[in-house]
This record gives sequence, structure tokens and C-alpha cells, in this order.
Amino acid sequence: EPLGLGRVAEPDEIAAWDIDVRPDGTGLPAGSGSVAMGEEVFVEKCAACHGDFAEGAGRWPALGGGLDTLQDERPTRTVGSFWPYLSTAYDFINRAMTVGYGEPASDDEIYAIIAYILYSNDLVDDDFVLSRENFTSIRLPNEGGFYMDDRIQTEHPLFTRPACMKNCKDDVQIIARVETAFIPAEMNGGGTEQDHLAIGEALFGQCRACHQIGEGAQNGVGPVLNGIFDMPAGSNDGFGYSDAFAMMADKELVWDFDALDAFLKDPQGFIPGTTMTFTGIEEDFDRNALIAYLQAQGP
Amino acid sequence: GDPAITEMQPWRRNLGDPIDDALYGMPSPFEADVIRGRVEWLTPDAYTAINFTPLHELDGIITPNGLCFQRSHAGAAQVDPAKYRLMINGLVERPLVFTLQDLQRFPRENRTYFLECAANSGMEWRGVQMDGVQFTHGMIHNVEYTGVPLRSLLEEAGVKTAGKWLLAEGSDAAAMSRSIPLEKALDDCLVAFNMNGEALRPEQGYPVRLVVPGWEGNMWVKWLRRIEVGDKPWHHREETSKYSDLMADGRTRRFTWEMDAKSVITSPSPQAPVLHGKGPLVVSGLAWSGRGTIPQVDITLDGGINWVKARLSGPSFDKSLHRFYYEFDWDGRPLLLQSRAHDSTGYVQPTKEALRKLRGVNSNYHNNGIQTWHLQSDGRVENVEVS
Repeated sequence: EPLGLGRVAEPDEIAAWDIDVRPDGTGLPAGSGSVAMGEEVFVEKCAACHGDFAEGAGRWPALGGGLDTLQDERPTRTVGSFWPYLSTAYDFINRAMTVGYGEPASDDEIYAIIAYILYSNDLVDDDFVLSRENFTSIRLPNEGGFYMDDRIQTEHPLFTRPACMKNCKDDVQIIARVETAFIPAEMNGGGTEQDHLAIGEALFGQCRACHQIGEGAQNGVGPVLNGIFDMPAGSNDGFGYSDAFAMMADKELVWDFDALDAFLKDPQGFIPGTTMTFTGIEEDFDRNALIAYLQAQGP
Repeated sequence: GDPAITEMQPWRRNLGDPIDDALYGMPSPFEADVIRGRVEWLTPDAYTAINFTPLHELDGIITPNGLCFQRSHAGAAQVDPAKYRLMINGLVERPLVFTLQDLQRFPRENRTYFLECAANSGMEWRGVQMDGVQFTHGMIHNVEYTGVPLRSLLEEAGVKTAGKWLLAEGSDAAAMSRSIPLEKALDDCLVAFNMNGEALRPEQGYPVRLVVPGWEGNMWVKWLRRIEVGDKPWHHREETSKYSDLMADGRTRRFTWEMDAKSVITSPSPQAPVLHGKGPLVVSGLAWSGRGTIPQVDITLDGGINWVKARLSGPSFDKSLHRFYYEFDWDGRPLLLQSRAHDSTGYVQPTKEALRKLRGVNSNYHNNGIQTWHLQSDGRVENVEVS
């Protein structure tokens, strides 16, 4: 017997919250977007974490590539290689990706982002336009790769046998121990030096759009970063610095660890007026890794 | 004589703290190291992130609220209870909206359940990696929940005969969503608002979370705002791209909801070495099953050649943690300690090797294999695997 608690949900209330999308297309809004539009939106809204070409950055996931890697030692699970349904991309981008981490995207922009993700997975051509009308005609390669949990049939009969209690094996040897002490950063600095540099290199992916580093690096939107560690600020003669940066040079700022750390944490806060649009790296561990990588590059 | 006895200590000589100093009580300052811990390289940032319960510091079966591991996908939402709403829509006779007060007018139940992340011990799939039970097994907590059966709310809305699945959805910036079969919802799910007596903590979904007993933690949607009834599952991100189990043949198990029987020795363990030398030693550990209770736990000191039954102490609730002990006289020789849980379905916790043989090493989730700790003569403990 109902208790008569609660009240009837109004249509506009249901519309405000009923955002879910299913594989059969239920829940998709009207709209459309092209690969070309998608590339623009993606670079603006998604690339900082997922890379310009959906290849991923740092520990943020790749969205493209990885086809036929699911049996590899290190599979690459992307929308193209792993996900069973495209509807999941619409649902998730709308639900979780364009709020919190970014500005809400329009329905057309979400269609366009997905068109670009499909293109980055070589699943559509560059003139493709995704819309509510053609959405369910797109099938992902791994749709048939999923099956219902079968542990009860395949595993449990093996593990419901009587357990051995005495003389269960002849001999016991230690065959593996913790070699790379992956204990938390506050206890050992967060893994080996090699891991640290690898993480730093991956994080540098976010900088590459504007900065070059290494052999043959040239100034671009931002200056070359070879030898940046311990270098006086604004001392790259071939680069046209912002007024804000030139002022820091006048103040004889040197890019030591503390300065790099403060700048990377909050670029606009540390050098108000810098033209570097990057919003900064909040995580201490990540900044440490990135600075270690910059330092390791040398002059 | 012992100066701790013969000399007057400050807590004897002086008055203690005034009663108003701790209007919400905190642990002793001597327990300041008993905290949740994070593994920074594991997740991209501090918002889609996880930290771990310090199992090595705890005893009994209840996890204190402030030490329950945290997992969120877009930070811990701070929801104003006055603006809290739960909507039930979809294939129902009456789409409804409940306030928190409405929910608290339904008949309540108190039940104690473990919540284990499907990825608990996932970092150990390919081999030993984490030097501490907090990090190998700490994505679990055990809490007494107060809430109302989800069944009551669904009955209030009237599920249509075509309704077979639910979508549970959170109100945080990730709007976490999972498909749940109606059968489970009607069986034992709770819509909970209290944990261990007090209101839910923000990081555990304040003011309301879903409780899905025995099933993987990701389904226990926090900051619950909506239940939609549908005829099919939604195949959302957290049940396709994530929380699905990739097998060695490249195919993927989906909807692997139940947490199979598992146990671990929490002390001694790498973060809880034996500091007292040889002599009487207490082995303490936890066992649980998402499919029932734990009638038996076995202990081995020699890496699995010989086993003895451990002693269970405390209540044996369905789909809850169980505490076991094994006391013996340690002669100071190195030991290979393991525990092995039996659950009420007759399932016996397998070795990691047995699981890898069946699943390969890419499945990440649902690693319930037997854990080995190598207790060395000096009392230090290391995470190892044995033949």
C-alpha cells in the first residue's frame, strides 16, 4: 500500500534531469555536428587532457587508436578499440565531461566531438556529420566483444571443491616480491626516478601545443624550453615575451625549482598578464614530475 | 622501576582538556598516522581519485566514518540537504519527487554491509606491487547503514510490468550512473542516509546514497538524485569502458556485479610489522563475501602447505566484513602468511594464480586471490607471491 509520500514529478523537472542515453538511441536530443567542427571543439575543450588527436595525455585516457590490441600485454582501450556502444560517448560527455572540468557544451558540439572521436579512430571520413538521425547506424568494432558475467558457470564449480588442509604441496618458494616500491609519494617520492620522468614526459604533452623541447627545438607560440631549469626568466633572445614576462626578467627571476613550481601551479597568479593560457597543474606530484622532466632535458 | 609508573605523568598531574574542546570528537593525537592514504600515480588528479582505508590500523568489523576509503569521479559533492531531491521516473505509474524528510518518513532498516571497490587489489593483478595492506586491499569499508528499502520507494511510484532495470544516478559533477536489475533493487537495496549512526559523510554521498549489498562499490551511487525505471540496461561508461573485465581472449565480461569471497591478514602486514619479537603473536584479518556470510577462514604459516582454521570473532552478518584471529607462539622463523575465506555458498577463495589462469592479467577488476605476506625474522613484513 503506497504511503502517499512524495509528490508527482513535473514534466519540466523530469526533462531537467532525464539526461540518459541508451544504445537504441533513446534520450538523444536533436542536433548534429561535423568532424571539422568537432576538431575545433575538441582542441578547445578536450585536448588538454585527451590530446589534440585523442591520443591521451598524462594519465588521462586516449580516446582513439588501440584497434586489435585487446589481447596484447598492454591493451589500449579506447572508444574505437574497446567501447561497445557509441551512445555511451554521448551520455558520458554530456553527463560528466562538459561540466566540472569545462564549460557545458551544446548538443551540436557534443555530436561534433563524437564525430571527431570517430574520425580519430578511422571509423568515419573527414567529411562525416553525426546527427540524431544517423547515430544508431554507427556500430563500434567491439560491440560483439562483451558477454554477461559467467563466473557462476565457469569459475565457481572450480572453487567450490573441498579445500586441502594438510600437505597441500611439496614445497613453497617466493617467486615474486615488490621490486619497484610503488608505495605512496609521501613515503618514497612516488615510484622510481624513471617512472617519474616518464610521467613528466607524458604531462609535457599538454605543453607541446606551444612549446618545443629537445634537439632541433624552435620557438613557436611559446619559447623553446631546452635548459629552462635554472635559466633566468625571459632570457631567450629570439622570443618575443609578453610585457608581464619582460617585467619578471627585469626582476631577475630565475627558473629554479620553486619558481617553476609556483608558475606551473598557477601561471596567471604567479605572472599576472602572462599570455600563457595554460590553467596550471594542481597536483604537487605532477608538477614535481614535469619539472624533473624539464630538468632532465638539459640545455 | 619503570618511569612511566614511578614518575608522575602530565596527564596525572594536570587537568585534561576541557569538555568543550572537542564538540565533534577526534582521535588521540598519538593516532595521527591513522589516515586514509592516496597513491598519486594511480589516477589523473585529485578529483577523479581514490584513497585507501588504513586496514592495518583497524580491528573489529566496523570502519570508522572518517577512515572509509573515498572514491569519486568528480570530487566529493557538498549537497545542501534543504535542496536535496530524489526523483523516480521512467516506467512507473507515478513519477515522484521525494525530499530528504519524505524519505525519512518511510519505515527504516539498519543493516551492516561491506562496500568494496571492484578495483580493490587490482594493482596486484600482474604481480606484487604495493607494500601495504592499505594499498593492496584498502578499497573496502564496512558500515552500519540506516535507510529505507529501495523497494518501498519503487512501490510508492508503482513499477510498470515492462520495468526490468533501474538507472541510479548521482547529483555530483560526474552524475555517476549505473544500471541495476530490478530484481536486486527489490531484494535488498537500501536508500541510506546514516552511516554508523550519524549522517553520511559528504565523501560517502551525503545526504543520500544507494546501498547495493555485496555488489561492487561503483554501483552504490552517492549523492543519489534519480532512479529511472527502464526495460533494458543503459550500458553507460562505468559499466562498459570501466568496471568490465577484459579476459585473455580479448573478450570482456560485463555486469560482474557480485564481489566474490575474499580475505586478507591485516596484521602483521608490511605497514604493521612485528615489533615485539618472538613469542605470543596475534594474527588479525578480515574476510567477506558478496554472496553471503563467512563460516570459515583458514590460515597458513608456510605459504599454503598446511592450513588451520582461524577463530572468527564478532557478528557474522550477510555481506559484511568478518573479523578473524589466529594466535600462536612465533619462534622467530620467517613465515609465509596467508588467509583463505570460505563463504556460505561453499566457495573457497582461490589463489591469484588460479584466477590469472582463468582470466589472464588484463581484467583489472575483481581480484579476490589469496594474499601472501612474508614475515621475516626481524619482524618486517613484505608483499610476496609464492609458488
